[in-house]
Amino acid sequence: MKKGFIRINTELCKGCGLCIAACPKGSIKISHKLNVQGYHPAQYTEREKSKSRKCTGCALCAITCPDVAIEVFRG
Amino acid sequence: MAKQVFKRPKSLKENVFHYCPGCGHSIIHRLVAEVIDELGIRERTVGVPPAGCAVLAYNYLDVDMGEAPHGRAVAVATGIKRARPDLVVFTYQGDGDIAAIGTAETVHAANRGERLTVIFVNNGVYGMTGGQMAPTTILGQTTTTTPGGRIALRDGYPLDLSQMLAVAAGSVYIERTSVTSPKNIMKTKKAIKKAFQVQMDDLGFALVEVLSPCPTNWKLSPVDACKWVDEEVVKSYPLKVIKDTTQSDG
Repeated sequence: MKKGFIRINTELCKGCGLCIAACPKGSIKISHKLNVQGYHPAQYTEREKSKSRKCTGCALCAITCPDVAIEVFRG
Repeated sequence: MAKQVFKRPKSLKENVFHYCPGCGHSIIHRLVAEVIDELGIRERTVGVPPAGCAVLAYNYLDVDMGEAPHGRAVAVATGIKRARPDLVVFTYQGDGDIAAIGTAETVHAANRGERLTVIFVNNGVYGMTGGQMAPTTILGQTTTTTPGGRIALRDGYPLDLSQMLAVAAGSVYIERTSVTSPKNIMKTKKAIKKAFQVQMDDLGFALVEVLSPCPTNWKLSPVDACKWVDEEVVKSYPLKVIKDTTQSDG
């Protein structure tokens, strides 16, 4: 299985939660922290280099993200 | 070595969108920017934004833009295209803009077969002014001016502009899509790309109607708003290719 990871720019995120609904692996959640805009941004729950991470880099979260806050990497 | 598979398109500026959380406009902005990048037409594209929530589209799309009076985006775009036929001209309009005050301009531009690409964002309310009923509001939908839901005998029926324009002889490609799921978003991108291609092939009028969620004015969460589009709005506005005569026209 291919592995991937995402990076969320928390300052662009408005916490709409569409990426959470789109993620097939459930690897994203809403953060308890606030960003500068005053929203609770989305947070990636896995580590980029972790061997046990479920993220495959399918990019469904990034395709759904209205604020282009997610970058996706594979490999 | 990790390879980046998704990043911000070049034609989209770094500015933070002013749209509400979960708004479909920002997704559609990104799709337009991706299509412009893929077709490599950034230096010869001119956009015409509407009056409405997307009035500041020029803050986000890194192409030349010319603002039009409310509803007259297609008329202004006609002028631009006729003066400079080498440019790729698109308009980006909401339903309160194109289907209410700008209906006359749009119908005639489609009937003349102007070589334009129209992105028609349909969210069924006047978003910027506070969620009043628009011509495209579906029956039973609650808005600030129809608190008990839209009733046909009092408020009239929802206007299906795309179907109207499909009757016009000059229109070549009309499709209705939505941005409620990754699958639908990819379909929308394909439709927008085709609409640009139709113009570049000099075939005629192309329009993509995008059903877009407006969580703020619908008083729903972004996820529920997408669900509502998928379950209710598509009953009045089914997702399909409404007209495609690109093949028969050669």
